[in-house]
Amino acid sequence: MKLKKLAVATAAMVALGAPAMAEIVFPSLSYRTGPYAANGTPFADGYADYFTLINERDGGIGGEKIRLLECETGYNTEKGVECYESTKGEGAVLYEPLSTGITYQLIPKASADGIPVHSGGYGRTSAANGAVFKWIFNYPTNYWYGASVAIKHILDQEGGDISGKTIALLYHNSAYGKEPIRTLEELAKKHGFSLTLLPVDHPGQEQKSQWLQIRREKPDYVLMWGWGVMNQVAIQEAANIRYPMDHFIGIWWSGSENDVKAAGAKGDGYKALSFHMPGSDFPVFDDIQKYVVDAGKAAGAGDQIGTVLYNRGLYAAMLAVEAARTAQELSGNTRITPAEMRDGMENLDMSEEKMAALGLPGFGPAFKVTCANHGGNGLALVQQWDATAQKWNVITDYIEPDLEVIQPLIEEDSAAFAAENNITPRDCN
Amino acid sequence: MIYREAGDFKTSYREDSQTFPIKLDRRAYWTLMVVAFAVVPFVINDYWANAVLLPFLIYAIAALGLNILTGYAGQVSLGTGGFMAVGAYAAYKLMTAFPDVPILFHVLIAGAITALVGMAFGLPSLRIKGFYLAVATLAAQFFLVWLFNKVPWFFNYSASGMINAPERTMFGAAITGPEASAPARYLFCLILTVALAWIARNLTRGSVGRKWMAIRDMDIAAEIIGVNPLTAKLSAFAVSSFFIGVAGALLFAVYLGAVEVGEAFGIQKSFLILFMIIIGGLGSIFGSFAGAAFMVLMPVLLKNVLVDGFGWATDLAAHFQFMIVGALIIVFLVFEPHGLAQLWRLAKEKLRLWPFPH
Amino acid sequence: MPEQFLWAMEVMLNGLMAGVLYALVALGFVLIFKASGVFNYAQGVMALFAAMTLVGLQKGQVPFAHLINTIFGTDVHKFGWELAPWLAILLTAGVMVLFAWLVQRFILQHLVNQPDIILFMATIGLAYFMEGFADLMWGADIKTLDIGLPQGVNAWIDETTFNLFGYGFFIDNLDIAATIVAALLVVALVLFSQYTKQGRAMRAVADDHQAALSVGISLRFIWVMVWSVAGFVALVAGIMWGAKSGVQFSLSLIALKALPVLMLGGFTSIPGAIVGGLIIGVGEKLFEFLVGPYIGGATENWFAYVLALIFLVFRPQGLFGEKIIERV
Repeated sequence: MKLKKLAVATAAMVALGAPAMAEIVFPSLSYRTGPYAANGTPFADGYADYFTLINERDGGIGGEKIRLLECETGYNTEKGVECYESTKGEGAVLYEPLSTGITYQLIPKASADGIPVHSGGYGRTSAANGAVFKWIFNYPTNYWYGASVAIKHILDQEGGDISGKTIALLYHNSAYGKEPIRTLEELAKKHGFSLTLLPVDHPGQEQKSQWLQIRREKPDYVLMWGWGVMNQVAIQEAANIRYPMDHFIGIWWSGSENDVKAAGAKGDGYKALSFHMPGSDFPVFDDIQKYVVDAGKAAGAGDQIGTVLYNRGLYAAMLAVEAARTAQELSGNTRITPAEMRDGMENLDMSEEKMAALGLPGFGPAFKVTCANHGGNGLALVQQWDATAQKWNVITDYIEPDLEVIQPLIEEDSAAFAAENNITPRDCN
Repeated sequence: MIYREAGDFKTSYREDSQTFPIKLDRRAYWTLMVVAFAVVPFVINDYWANAVLLPFLIYAIAALGLNILTGYAGQVSLGTGGFMAVGAYAAYKLMTAFPDVPILFHVLIAGAITALVGMAFGLPSLRIKGFYLAVATLAAQFFLVWLFNKVPWFFNYSASGMINAPERTMFGAAITGPEASAPARYLFCLILTVALAWIARNLTRGSVGRKWMAIRDMDIAAEIIGVNPLTAKLSAFAVSSFFIGVAGALLFAVYLGAVEVGEAFGIQKSFLILFMIIIGGLGSIFGSFAGAAFMVLMPVLLKNVLVDGFGWATDLAAHFQFMIVGALIIVFLVFEPHGLAQLWRLAKEKLRLWPFPH
Repeated sequence: MPEQFLWAMEVMLNGLMAGVLYALVALGFVLIFKASGVFNYAQGVMALFAAMTLVGLQKGQVPFAHLINTIFGTDVHKFGWELAPWLAILLTAGVMVLFAWLVQRFILQHLVNQPDIILFMATIGLAYFMEGFADLMWGADIKTLDIGLPQGVNAWIDETTFNLFGYGFFIDNLDIAATIVAALLVVALVLFSQYTKQGRAMRAVADDHQAALSVGISLRFIWVMVWSVAGFVALVAGIMWGAKSGVQFSLSLIALKALPVLMLGGFTSIPGAIVGGLIIGVGEKLFEFLVGPYIGGATENWFAYVLALIFLVFRPQGLFGEKIIERV
């Protein structure tokens, strides 16, 4: 046992002996193995490729090279802790935990260590309240906004009135899946629809009961908060019971190519939310091809480019780079500290022009981060799967969530967190 | 030559039956204790605490607990994850309800609550035996996880059902929460681990432990010689669950700080801890530590060597990590089928005679 | 007829079908346990490995592509062929035989005469190894399994029941196919073990290792054979579950679904696995339908065990287990 510890010590020494603090360090807590590997891989590839592009094409951010520290979590919180601890000593300026569990776990830790965390489109929803969660950012959108956008889309389809309709929520029976329930309950009160809750236990290979119930009760719409194998099975079962696919709407984590492909032609018409565009019809992808793929520097197998989750990783990386640029402008240093990075994120202004200049026109919503609002404006769009062309088509503009309903919920939840942890909210005026 | 019994004469029963009969072992043990208590806290950093030592100590407690039940009393259990969840949620409820009480009491009371729950789920063991008993504990595993996920009272009605450990102190030092220092958390877990290991050692070699072992070896024979199976089995469940509950409370409050029941305390955790005691050695205190060390430290070590040492891609390294751990388990078995503890015992036997084998 | 009753009927039928799928997984456990006394923890991973190999061979994927590309700097992914499903299945069965031989040669052979717990431990090691190996060999992405199995609602049943009762029952074609395949599999297994020399030898080994050895049965051969058969059962289970969800890591978790079935049916009985599967399938579906809505749903996972527990309290040896006679 002692020998083993000695060996760990040596190995850790080797690890820590590497040169540090020479660049801007972005750790990537990825998962290319384990039950969610198929979803983690494209995200990690996109995240890595964008940084490679910036290094190769622009020579880094403001002349500072980016060093990406990839650490495999396997979607396991305990491995995530190990990854966080082993990378934070290397001068990490921003964490992208990519898992609800790890995000919740890092929120207090990273806040205490003074390192910002970005959980765009996942993690703790009430972290949108920057007054309480100083170090946590979840722009451009979150689950509660997502739930509201989905309901708005349904409202659009039904001509503005959904009173008396029934909407079923099929959700992964975990922290992640339970997120939208409160919001949907509030919205049900407001719009007068009735909500049916259908939990699916992890991993979700067996959903016969839930789909038989849907078949019996014929809800007008089914929303899905699914992840991993649950998505594929749900879409397959929906097709089996001949549920109208365009009335079946998934959250953005249930809307990748992985989820629909297993169902084949029957998955046609399935809808999912997203907060960025699918596909590779953007100028920046030419640069990625030229500087990254052709140079043999693509992450992973290099076969994921343009998929939804790859684009999501790329989008997250782009937001990180832009925040770092903002931080450099604000502080005047090129070698930014985590605290300066945080300031950069808090002053991030993603305008249409900026995205166009980056070769990503209209790729994501335009939004501005402020001290009080770390969550962006919550815009999301609806995309629909075309099984014959094997691609996602965007069918709506960016839809604005119902802030009137959600803002009080965020206030309430973050206030509860602040009270439980003795945090005095910052004064943001 | 160095490691020997010769010249080490025992003059009392007490001396003869001590835990470490050989002087060198005793010295090694006390040195280890001194290092663990007096040296490590001064050199420990966040990485060592959070990635290596805390999980090792906490899993060692859980493995001790399961080893009492499975290794000593012979009752197979696959409910460890569920019982750890009881400990964690009990600790959470206590921490939020009584913020001013020192954290040690929360952890111990959480353990006691788990002991009660464990006894309730241990009742079927009076009727069902062997592998089939696993079904009772599996029912506990899945039911408890479902319960903590479903009933909002357990997670104080938070939106997602995650529980967060607020800051709680012991003698003025923060033990839980983000501001807790690495040495404080390490020492807190170390004290509990050492105390519980001491209790486990003394329970298992006393009359209680002998009753457990009698039940394990043959319950009917044990009954005939006057061991009450009801009290023996239930006491094993109670003590074991107490250990496991403490481990669950520590895992949540001190180590992770935020958990979700399905992810942190799912069936995988039950298997992991069962693997620890099987690989370490059933019915051995040292085995519990060795197994926990193997399952916790090996992946970290391999990761560091493969990714940071050799610069492999993280996914390749992760795949190889699985393969190497698996292959190591098999290789160990082929060479020594009774776990790491037996390997250790044999090594010591050899060492006693070395370098003169005859 | 009242609607509620029809719905319960439909749920029950679907429960039966789900039970067949559980039984398929449980069968693999039972076969190995019967013949070699090993509780094979790696059964779930074997199903994953078999299904991945099947898809990989069918689609002409290069095994270990990622590793090869990393080491040699090449960029190979596909051989560029597509095999017919039956050929791919045959080849995969061959791979599973090879796998069985390797397991026998490198693990079991060295652990002859060891207690059960040791053999169980060895399968834990095997499961870890295979988990890494399968991903390394075929990649961790989700693979679509397409060997032409029918899927979707069975129109004939839907219509017939609609005409009869006014409510069309939903039965998945895939489940019907699975039931047929499972039935064929069980019949084949029974015929094999009753009427062939090897099958008889297998039963002899299951009864008594030593006696079997003494009449000249090769233990090694029997073990390779049993593990091959279990590998084949794993392949069938992998195909049935993989057709629904695509072939991916979670496939290895289906082993969990087989545990309550095993507890209920007994570890040594093939009919036990089938009947146990059916009882668990129907029980958990009906409970979810009748009680689930009142207590918040997602009860299936734990109710399966509670059901098995209730049975075991009254019959501690399992449904078809032999009566336990205890002597000192």
